[in-house]
Formats: sequence, structure tokens, C-alpha cells
Amino acid sequence: MIILELFLQFLKIGAFAFGGAYGAIPLIRETVLSMGWMDEAQLMNLLGISESTPGPIMVNAATMTGFDQAGIPGALVATLGVILPSFLIMLIIPYLQKRWAGHKVIRMAIRGIKPCLAGIIIATGIHLFIQIVTSSDQKTFDWKILLITAVLIAVSVLFRKNKQKPISPILLILLSAIIGMLFL
Amino acid sequence: MNLLTDLFLSFARIGAFTFGGGYAMLSLLEHECVEKKQWLTEDEMAEVTVIAESTPGPIAINCATYTGLKLAGIKGAVCATLGMVLPSFFVLLIISAFLKNVLTIPLVAKALRGIRAAVVVLILRAGYQMFRNILKKTPDKKSAIGFFAFFLILTLCSLLLAWHIPTILMILAAGIMGYILFSRKGAAK
Repeated sequence: MIILELFLQFLKIGAFAFGGAYGAIPLIRETVLSMGWMDEAQLMNLLGISESTPGPIMVNAATMTGFDQAGIPGALVATLGVILPSFLIMLIIPYLQKRWAGHKVIRMAIRGIKPCLAGIIIATGIHLFIQIVTSSDQKTFDWKILLITAVLIAVSVLFRKNKQKPISPILLILLSAIIGMLFL
Repeated sequence: MNLLTDLFLSFARIGAFTFGGGYAMLSLLEHECVEKKQWLTEDEMAEVTVIAESTPGPIAINCATYTGLKLAGIKGAVCATLGMVLPSFFVLLIISAFLKNVLTIPLVAKALRGIRAAVVVLILRAGYQMFRNILKKTPDKKSAIGFFAFFLILTLCSLLLAWHIPTILMILAAGIMGYILFSRKGAAK
């Protein structure tokens, strides 16, 4: 039953995505591919659109995947699933706040989870990079995408050096869209 | 204006106009909730941020639920959270409905292919920033680097060699390993 599956899979993503949307991307990737909901190209569209539209990225990805699989009901249950864990956690936190903030078990577990997630996110980034520079048949090498990626990295590094803050995601996305329209 | 309506509209405005997800929203949320409406104190805002970072799920939802709950109980939590979610929900519904048609326009397809490169750069940057922040805060850099390197390599192997290790399993393992390692270190001190 696709509706139930959408709800449960996005509930799982919402319950395990520490560190915001980028922590969720490895989970979203794994879910939509293993459930057969999307292929790699559709996944990249999903991520690209979720990041270039306003609002919480996880919610955007859930709405889009849900709609893609089962129309408006699908969009509703997927969105509900992804927000429900944090909604419920925030409801109970005032009752255990003192214990939560100082809770040793959770704090120590999080100290392991955070660097693990940073590793998983970077590995996922490297993997997606390999995916986009080797086109779908895994044989041809896409020099243009490689160059665009290099330009974007250079721009973000220079921006950070000059302005002392990271370039905003939407600016980087706009730049990549314009370069894509001109040169791809 | 009724408080519930105010909560709904304030969070809807932030949800509708902030690009870049929850982290990008934090400064806007602070401006709206602390400075403008004085719904939260600065300390409370800092606390929400810490809680949001140590609990799973979208950061924007954590903030909206917390603020709504504090001001107007469960009803407030529901209104603020709905406000945060609904704008992007409708935007994405519209985009999804027309996506297949729009993708046949060559210029759009090219733009989206270009955006793929930005997505990769943003993911790598997020991972790098997360790791840097961890190193800044942790008293035990070696363990953090160890966890980071181990799971980076494990995930790469899993992805490239098709080992298919579920991400959730790795997160759970890291949590258990973290607990065992740091509680022993704590006891040793």
C-alpha cells in the first residue's frame, strides 16, 4: 500500500535525520532508490528542486516524492510523516528538559552520531559527484559538469574569503542554473 | 490579531520566503520571534537551536513547534508548525504537478543539470562545515576525527561497492559506539 509506505518511510527519515536537511539527504537517497520510487537522475532533480524552493528542504523533498508516487494524498502523508517525529519530540521536551539537556546517555550518543553523520554526508557528496560526472551508462565522462563543479567550489571558497561568510545556497544554485543554461 | 493567527502567519511568512532550509531560517526566526514579537528570550532561542541540533527532523519544525507550544499550548504548536509547512507544501505541489511538462523544455532541463553540480557542492560544504563545528566544540578531537573518518570510508565503500549498509544502522552504531567510548573515557577521568 503506497500511502502507508510513503508515510512510514518518511517517518523513518524524519526520525533519523540529525543535523537538518543535509543529514537527511543520505536517507532520502537510500529510500527513494531502494523503494524503486526514483532513479539517480530523478533523485538529483528532487534534491535540486527541494533546495532551490523556499521552506524546509526535508518537507519539500517529502511533498514532491509523495505527489510523484500517489498524488495529493501521497504528498500529504509523506509530509506528515517527515514532520511528525520532530513535532512530537518538541511536545514532550518541556517535560524532560532538565534531564534532556544533561542526559548523559543521549549526549554521549550524539557525540558519536555527529561526526559519523559528517562522514556519511561527505561520502554521499563524493558519490553523487561521481554519479553526475559519469553519465548514466557509467562510461562517458562529463567534462562540463566537472568544470561547473570546480567553478562553483572556487566561487564559494573565494566568497567565504572575501565576505567572511558562506555564499547563500540560493545564490550558488542560481549561478549553477545560469551556467547550465548557457553551456550544457 | 488573535495569537494563533499571528503564530500561523509569522511562521508561514518565514516558511514561504526563506531559501536554503532550516539553518538559513535560524537568523530570520530569531529576528521574528525574539526581536520583533518578543515571543522568546535570547536564551530560549539559543536553547531551541541546541535542542534542534540534537534531535532528528527538520530544524524549522523544531523551532516552530517549540515557539507555538510555549505561547499557546498544543493549539499554538499545531498552528505554528502548519504555518511553517503549508507554503512550501503548496509550492512543491504546483511544481510537482507541472514538472514532467516543464522538464521537456530544453532550457529548464539544462538549468536542472547545472543545479546538480550546485547540489553536490552544497552537500560537500554542509558535511565539511558540520565537521569543522564539531572539531571546534569537542574536547576530544581524536575520537571525533576517528568517527568521522571511519564512517566516511565505510559509507563510501557501501555506496561504491554496493555493500548496501543501511544509513540508519550506521547512525545507530555510531550512537552506541559513542556512548560506550565516551562513558568509559568519562569514568577514566
